Amino acid sequence: MLSRVAENIYWLARYVERAEDTARIVTVNANLLLDLPKGIDPGWRPLIDITGANALFEELHKDYTERHVLRFLLADERHSGSILSALTAARENCRTIRDVVPREAWEQLNELYLFARDGLQAGLTKRGRHPYLKRLILGAQTITGLLAGTMLHDQGYHFLRIGRNLERADMTTRIVDVRSANLLPAEAAELRPFQTIQWVSVLKSMTAYQMYRRSQQVRVQRAAVLRFLFQSLAFPRAVHHCSEAVRASLESLPRNEAALRVVGRLKRNLLNTKVERLSQSELHAFVDELQLDIGDLHAEIARTWFRPALEQAA
Amino acid sequence: MSIDLSAYPCEGFYDELVAAPGEVRPHAANLLRALADLEASELAARQEAANVAMKEMGVTFTVYSEEGGTIDRSWPFDIIPRIIPKPEWDRVEAGLKQRVQALNLFIDDLYHAQKIINDGVFPEEVLAKAVNFRPQCVGIDPPLGIWAHICGSDLVRDADGTIYVLEDNLRVPSGVSYMLENRLVTKRVFPELFEDYAPLPVDDYPSQLFDTLAAVSPRPADFPEAVVLTPGIYNSAYFEHSYLAQQMGCELVEGRDLFVADDDCVYMHTVDGAARVDVVYRRIDDLYIDPEAFRPDSALGVRGLLRAWKAGNVALANAPGSGVADDKVVYAFVPDIIKYYLDQDPIIPNVPTYRCMEPEVMDYVLANLDQLVVKPANESGGYGMLVGPVATKAERETFAGLIKKDPRNYIAQPTLRLSTVPTVTGDAVAPRHVDLRPFILSADRQQVTMGGLTRVALRKGSLVVNSCQGGGSKDTWIVEVGQG
Repeated sequence: MLSRVAENIYWLARYVERAEDTARIVTVNANLLLDLPKGIDPGWRPLIDITGANALFEELHKDYTERHVLRFLLADERHSGSILSALTAARENCRTIRDVVPREAWEQLNELYLFARDGLQAGLTKRGRHPYLKRLILGAQTITGLLAGTMLHDQGYHFLRIGRNLERADMTTRIVDVRSANLLPAEAAELRPFQTIQWVSVLKSMTAYQMYRRSQQVRVQRAAVLRFLFQSLAFPRAVHHCSEAVRASLESLPRNEAALRVVGRLKRNLLNTKVERLSQSELHAFVDELQLDIGDLHAEIARTWFRPALEQAA
Repeated sequence: MSIDLSAYPCEGFYDELVAAPGEVRPHAANLLRALADLEASELAARQEAANVAMKEMGVTFTVYSEEGGTIDRSWPFDIIPRIIPKPEWDRVEAGLKQRVQALNLFIDDLYHAQKIINDGVFPEEVLAKAVNFRPQCVGIDPPLGIWAHICGSDLVRDADGTIYVLEDNLRVPSGVSYMLENRLVTKRVFPELFEDYAPLPVDDYPSQLFDTLAAVSPRPADFPEAVVLTPGIYNSAYFEHSYLAQQMGCELVEGRDLFVADDDCVYMHTVDGAARVDVVYRRIDDLYIDPEAFRPDSALGVRGLLRAWKAGNVALANAPGSGVADDKVVYAFVPDIIKYYLDQDPIIPNVPTYRCMEPEVMDYVLANLDQLVVKPANESGGYGMLVGPVATKAERETFAGLIKKDPRNYIAQPTLRLSTVPTVTGDAVAPRHVDLRPFILSADRQQVTMGGLTRVALRKGSLVVNSCQGGGSKDTWIVEVGQG
């Protein structure tokens, strides 16, 4: 398989996943704000903190109002992580590899892009937001399903799976990082019931609530949620699950030693840490390490299998 | 109401299927009877079914648009096939082989001893002004001495029934994928016709093309690594590039997928590492294939490709520099070229051609501009032409000025009355003008497509068949005598 084709598939998967994840965090933030007690209003800024695009955002906007944050995350073409930018990039990547990707998947992606573009105005309203985002999430899941169910599970599919899982692991760590900061004043005992709401929202942004209840059999609390989202092998958005999926696909590729070493390091870091005992600042440092590992893994994959960047063309 | 051919207006032209109003040619009898049996609405429904099939199969040419949801357009397909009897085709096929054989000898000679010039058959000044002559290629010996492995020659038939070669495309001729897809669509929408006819198959083209490429591989192997080199998704023929790569089981590569290493061999970047490439079927114009040898600003090509080719480590099809024989002034000399190299008379004649470079000929052309078609030497796609009889006085005067300024760059031909084929127009059938582009493959042996791509000018009275200017296409059938 051509390196360029492998690279395009990998990015196609990352961008589709990025669009879906962004739609998820927006949905859940909107719901969380409705559930919190009066006087507690974390606002919309945490969403920009999750994506890490604060510098760009502040260049473009004076304040973190709902309107600005939403437009930035849904449609700003200057922000490569916005849903519309991600779908545009996914579509461009898919266009050049149409002989590798089943036609239905291309059509679905094309439709999803057109929907995201044409339905945007409705999506920016309070009432239209929910159906708009829901359809985006469903559309992205449909693409993932179509590819899993119809594409040859050869090298190309492994790059797809690696891309999707790296992006997903990255987003999970970001969501936990930002959303685990305690929203409530510690001494306010009468607000304790609301702490649960915060962790429920973290779970819900990953459609993890129901699966958490099934697998953990304890009420929603920090220690168990952290273990679940980092270390569960069974939950498909947990970091451990994602890194194992990446490892399994790497095993099928040639010249995989260096990349497998990085995954091994990521796994040791992940499983040897007692996440439930981490203080908030320790958790933050832990997430930073994981993100560095994920970045290293991407770099190793690019170095091993993708086309050398421009050095031949120079 | 059914389709009525008794008033079919084909006087003054040669129609490929109808000899005179109400009188069909023998090879078309069954086809036209089947058409006559169709209700008009049924005809329109079949045409619509074909349009849908084309869309479903993704048969497109590309039109770049930044905004639109798609950049692919379907190319109009007309469901009534054009039929050519086998004996007539055999002669055409022999003529095409003869022609391309001579052209390959001619190109090879131009890049070596230039005997044809020294012998006074081909004027040196024509070569001196040939924009597609590549000095970088002088002295190169490509495998088997073949330069133009794939040639698409355009044939037309005049009112008296004579078939002429109108031009030869030796650079990157396209259209063969439409020829293949057209047959598939006809089978889908008109299956009953195949009860009376067994048109000779066209679908072995991709394997013949692969054989041609394999035959010039520098490393003999059963399955040499051949690739199709495309300029990318925004090229109008991208569909064809990707189609041929798929059909041949080859990688479709862009310039950035390939590199030339220190050993002067060509490699592609793959997931398994660098993989040696033996043959490049390049669909990028000469000037863009190698920034080291040609245009330094080209981002489409592969640095060092010409070096690797000169070293004999990779085969390029077509070879760079083949386009020198694409020149419309060179075209005027092809009968002499055939005579010179093969000592044969041309089997298929050239359209009578006036070379404006000869002073008395130029005077004749200038005096008769209202009856002639004038073409610049190196344009394709029907651009930059003057069609005298339909041009305005101002256009003719502009061309007169252009010709006088650079006579070498122009040829003139009489206005041909291109033959017609019945074509669906809504729920009726009317004659529309056609040409024919067969493809000729040359390596260790020569092969010609069974028929070719028939292009049709869909606008009434129009003679312009190019896809970019309102043309469409038809399926082309070569049938044994007795069918029909």
